[in-house]
Amino acid sequence: MTNKKDKSLLDKTGLEKTDVNRTLGEMLRSQGVSRRSFLKYCAATASMMAMSPAMIPKIAHALESARRPSVIWLSFQECTGCTESLTRAHTATIESLIFDAISLDYHHTLQAAAGHAAEEAREAAMKENFGKYLLVVDGSIPMDNPGYSTIAGISNYDMLMETAKGAAAIIAVGTCATYGGLPHANPNPTGAVSVGDLIKDKPIINVPGCPPIPVVITGVLTHFLTFGTIPELDHIGRPKVFYGQSIHDRCYRRPFYDKGLFAETFDDEGAKKGWCLYKLGCKGPTTYNACATTKWNDGTGWPIEAGHPCLGCSEPDFWDGGGFYKSISMPTENITQTAIYTAAAAAAAGVVLGTMNKSKKNSAVAAHNKTSIDDLEK
Amino acid sequence: MSDAAIPVTGAIKFNIQIGDELTHNVKPLLHEIKHALDNLIETGKSTIIDLRSIPLAPGEEEKILNTLGRGEVQAQLNALGLSDVSETQYAGVWIVTHYNDEQHVISRFIEVTTMPEILCSQTEDVMKSYSRLTLDLGDNLET
Amino acid sequence: MSEIEFLNWVRGQGFQIAVIIFIAGVIIRLAEILLLGRKANLAEAKGSEMSSGLRTIITRSVPDKSTFQRSTFTVVAGYIFHIGLFVTIFLFAPHILMFKDVIGFGWPSLPTPVVDALAVVTIIALLAVLTHRMRDTVLKFLTTKEDILVWMLTILPLITGYMAFHRIGMTAPTLLAIHILSVELLLVIFPFTKLMHAFTFVLSRWYNGAISGYRGVES
Repeated sequence: MTNKKDKSLLDKTGLEKTDVNRTLGEMLRSQGVSRRSFLKYCAATASMMAMSPAMIPKIAHALESARRPSVIWLSFQECTGCTESLTRAHTATIESLIFDAISLDYHHTLQAAAGHAAEEAREAAMKENFGKYLLVVDGSIPMDNPGYSTIAGISNYDMLMETAKGAAAIIAVGTCATYGGLPHANPNPTGAVSVGDLIKDKPIINVPGCPPIPVVITGVLTHFLTFGTIPELDHIGRPKVFYGQSIHDRCYRRPFYDKGLFAETFDDEGAKKGWCLYKLGCKGPTTYNACATTKWNDGTGWPIEAGHPCLGCSEPDFWDGGGFYKSISMPTENITQTAIYTAAAAAAAGVVLGTMNKSKKNSAVAAHNKTSIDDLEK
Repeated sequence: MSDAAIPVTGAIKFNIQIGDELTHNVKPLLHEIKHALDNLIETGKSTIIDLRSIPLAPGEEEKILNTLGRGEVQAQLNALGLSDVSETQYAGVWIVTHYNDEQHVISRFIEVTTMPEILCSQTEDVMKSYSRLTLDLGDNLET
Repeated sequence: MSEIEFLNWVRGQGFQIAVIIFIAGVIIRLAEILLLGRKANLAEAKGSEMSSGLRTIITRSVPDKSTFQRSTFTVVAGYIFHIGLFVTIFLFAPHILMFKDVIGFGWPSLPTPVVDALAVVTIIALLAVLTHRMRDTVLKFLTTKEDILVWMLTILPLITGYMAFHRIGMTAPTLLAIHILSVELLLVIFPFTKLMHAFTFVLSRWYNGAISGYRGVES
């Protein structure tokens, strides 16, 4: 226990400092969050990010002394589901700690300001924190016609390129921002592209999902705040800590798949016994996400546990996979029709060719031609 | 599910059995605790084991908790949701369980230590209580 | 192109192309054979062509004694990999789903661990068959490039299928896409190779039975 008269420690409760100059620790304490609560949160975070408990004091120290980074959240062609996912976290106490830790300087859905005032606030935040702010993007960017999606008369593309200039890093949240998502689905009428398709000179963390699991979003933010670096990413830019395992490899119904016990419909005996949902269209085998371990709604459950096959929502082009209820071993297009037409056409062609061959043979016989080895080898 | 020595509240139970083999993590884990106790005696160093990091089959966590049992100390924390800090029947072996607002377990640690860190009053909090009490008493902060 | 785009392509357009070439190829070739006809046999028929022909399609499945003694290895290994191929292709649940989608109906499957084990057995049998072919002087002399190609086309789906199921080596979507692609490759090349025996064996067995039956002898 240090000297209670240590002024420098006392001053750490200082309320006079402006928000942006306060460390996260100071800010939390000013909100009445005890350090004990803070330690609890760090322990839960370390566990959630699969870090050894020895890291807990390191996380605590790093977060406490972290300056609140400015975060600009740009929403483009999106359904706002990602924001909803993040703000719907029931344990607002834990996840919102991170939200409180950041200085969310611009966010359409959450901010009170509108119109010119809002845009000015964004530009001011960008200028003040140039090179240091975090840019979070949800929604895809239409390239066919800038008029498809604009904010304050500024096209999504222009806003993205301009805001990205001073960003320390970009977090693309949701499958729309990471891979194009729903707007990008066949036939992609707006020419939607992802953030990664446009920005090539800044570090981008892809956090896909439709929407992503809330703790995944906050976990990535926590990692950035704690270490100031990007977490280890896979070959399409997703943090390996959350997207390193496929649903299939962590699914609790996997033993049923391995044994070949499948539910045939949504309400048959197999479904009631919790058998594998492969035949109902589960995309688990080709999907990488944390649903099977981290689950949703703070561990309440996840789609497969609720009896619904995985949609594959954290993968690119999951909308074009033939349909959510078509299993991955089925072709995505109508093969039957092709097969029937081909068979009919081939039968006709076969008859024609066969007749031609027959007449050729007959004339050869009539001309008493000798059969050669080539004729036999046909 | 039987009544665990330490109540697992709020967990949703499903009628789905995963398979009959246990992952046989129970005994090795208990051995790890034993070694941690030895380390504590020899060097005074604490060890923290994150139960979430070990793949346990359903029922195994209960078995571990039942084996460790309950001891003399049971503390309940009210910090951003409930937390339960209890010493097991083996002195020096503590179970720290963190719950969120909806009584879901968000993390569970086995701490082999004389006192889990989270039970101690934190320096920063103590500093704050000094300044608060000073203000409440109407005294000057500088004294 | 992302992994999933690749997977969606092989499940979509790629499949269409493969099916078109396969069906067209098989039907045209069979039509050509059938329409060529046979020379009229002016001798008097001593027995029934058709019944002997049809019966022989089934009875030829049992090898005769001298063939078996002369080429035991080929017969046994051959049977093993053919049965193995039948089981892995037609009695594996995910494959049956695919057939159900294309032809409209499915059928019961075998337990997955059984199919898995049989896939391994089939791969081993195919490797053994090739080894035997290369080590036997006569067989080696008779081997053409087409034989090797056909062997590779047959074993690739088995190996890639095994890898996709057990998720060995690459990320899951890529493994699955490569497996489906290997099958499409097999389908596309099928009608132009000796793999046509899968359909023509019916014709040749019938023919053997028919000519014997016509002469009134056993086939």
